[in-house]
Amino acid sequence: MFAFLIRRLVQAVLVMLIISFIGFSLKHAFGDPVRDLVGVSVSKEERDKIAEKLGLHDPVMVQYVRFLKNALTGDLGYSYFFKKPALDVILSKAPATLELVFAASLIIVFLSIPAGVYAAIRPRSFLSRLIMGSSIVGVSIPVFFTAIMMIYIFSVELHWAPSFGRGELVTLFGFWPSGLVTLDGLEHLIMPSIALSSIMLPLFIRLIQAEMMEALQSEYVKFAFAKGLKTFRIYMVHAFKNTLLPVITVGGVQLGTMIAFTILTETVFNWQGMGAMFVEAVERGDTSLLVAYLVFVGMVFIVVNTCVDLVYGLVNPMVRVAGRK
Amino acid sequence: MWKKFLASHFLWSFKRDWVAMASAAVLVLLLLASLLAPVIAPHNPYDGTNVDIMEAETPPVWMEGGTSKFILGTDAQGRGILSAMLYGMRTSLMIGLGAVFLQAFMGILIGLFSGYSGGKLEAFLMRLADVQLSFSTLLVAIFVGAIFQMVFGVASYEQMAVPLLIVIIGFAEWPQYARTVRASVLAEKKKEYVEAARVIGLPARRIMLRHILPNTLSPVLVISTVQVANAIMSEAALSFLGFGMPVTRPSLGSLIKSGFEFIFSGSWWITVFPGILLVVLILVINLLGDFMREALNPKLYKGA
Repeated sequence: MFAFLIRRLVQAVLVMLIISFIGFSLKHAFGDPVRDLVGVSVSKEERDKIAEKLGLHDPVMVQYVRFLKNALTGDLGYSYFFKKPALDVILSKAPATLELVFAASLIIVFLSIPAGVYAAIRPRSFLSRLIMGSSIVGVSIPVFFTAIMMIYIFSVELHWAPSFGRGELVTLFGFWPSGLVTLDGLEHLIMPSIALSSIMLPLFIRLIQAEMMEALQSEYVKFAFAKGLKTFRIYMVHAFKNTLLPVITVGGVQLGTMIAFTILTETVFNWQGMGAMFVEAVERGDTSLLVAYLVFVGMVFIVVNTCVDLVYGLVNPMVRVAGRK
Repeated sequence: MWKKFLASHFLWSFKRDWVAMASAAVLVLLLLASLLAPVIAPHNPYDGTNVDIMEAETPPVWMEGGTSKFILGTDAQGRGILSAMLYGMRTSLMIGLGAVFLQAFMGILIGLFSGYSGGKLEAFLMRLADVQLSFSTLLVAIFVGAIFQMVFGVASYEQMAVPLLIVIIGFAEWPQYARTVRASVLAEKKKEYVEAARVIGLPARRIMLRHILPNTLSPVLVISTVQVANAIMSEAALSFLGFGMPVTRPSLGSLIKSGFEFIFSGSWWITVFPGILLVVLILVINLLGDFMREALNPKLYKGA
């Protein structure tokens, strides 16, 4: 287990170094930290002075090491557009994205489990066929198109739900602007969260159904039936519990897909989260912010994935043994 | 070859599956339509002289104010939606197929070599594939698209959008192929015919390309269909975010993007028709992929 842990950590650090190097090269080649700080209307001598002070004339590797050191202390550069440190901008946008992801995850968990389990138990019933059929249609609809259609039908035509923004916000704990505690905020959350969950939901339904089907054919389930246990208990306690492990692993991998889809969903609904911020940063040529987002997402990602892997290694010895040469 | 195909289990199950047959028919229709777009499209959307701004936002023919000149209406610049859709589907399909060719080429080569001989470089590439897959292909594509746009600048990015998108999507999705091919190479490698080929002294390259590769093709075929759908979907997403095809040479994704702002003024047709076409295109490819997975039944990674 110790070797597995070390190997996993080394890999995480390596990946982080690669990501930071890509970020640094981008910034080095295309960013202009002097402009980020003082704007464009400053004389050349002044710029040179600032550049010298910032160490922009140092060798590249020296600058890279400085970039790494700064990143480790939480300094990811300075956003030209927002006139604020990039990390502050990202953190101020994070609650919006997290609330959206949270709401979408709730929808996914509470719909995919019953739907997937039911479709596995009664594969030939009409409802199961409907579930499985609509899930393949669901995977085929791009998330931004779902979002646009929802806006057109429910906002433009029916006026049922608001189409953009987060609505009324209340600041919780002094730093978390939340839309979850006001009625208006919740109304604004409905459509984006449904749109975001719309493409992951079919994926999870199909996965749970497939895993559950497999579990139902196994010996121990047959034995449980032969023993005369209650049907519901066999389904939920014996069979379903064993489908959870693969589902959770795939769920961890789907985090990246989820981030990609928040970028799309937030753009459509003008939801002021990290995803919309990223697209705007690219449009405005705000290199520092783009690089900061890249490094930030990479960091979150690697931490989550490494944790998932380590937990998985703890639970399932096959993983850590199989990886060994 | 043809006779063998006629007698195959594949064709037999195809004929019994009406969903697969219907999807294949629709797909062939769509492919023909996009191939023949210059011939069958009522107007040429790229030709500025055809476009009249006075005809902008004309609704479809069955609605009040629609004309039979534009069956599905016009967009904000006065281009016919039907023509723009046909040309857009052409662009989407071109990028999708191009990206799949690229990723298949990269993935098969790397998967084959790392499965069979597996040097340091291949081992590194497979680690890279794992890491890249854990980031999800769409996210990688969006990041690379954004980076490329910053590197090349918006204007020259739009100039080279087609090859760049092929490279971006191909690069983002090659790990799928590499992993699939590697898994089946590892299984094939242990079989006797490979042993026999090695014993008679064939060079490794020949064993890989002529003996093992043909036997790994059925899983490759299965993921290829799904990958085309994925590539088209990624292209649409990139174009929608503004990292893809410009509105002047639209793909289906950029048509949806260009119509989005007009949906609030009620001009829904600019967005909805290209969107429906995109969904139908992806759906039939996915349905065919599902059918092929069941008919050929190769062992695939779950959820991959």
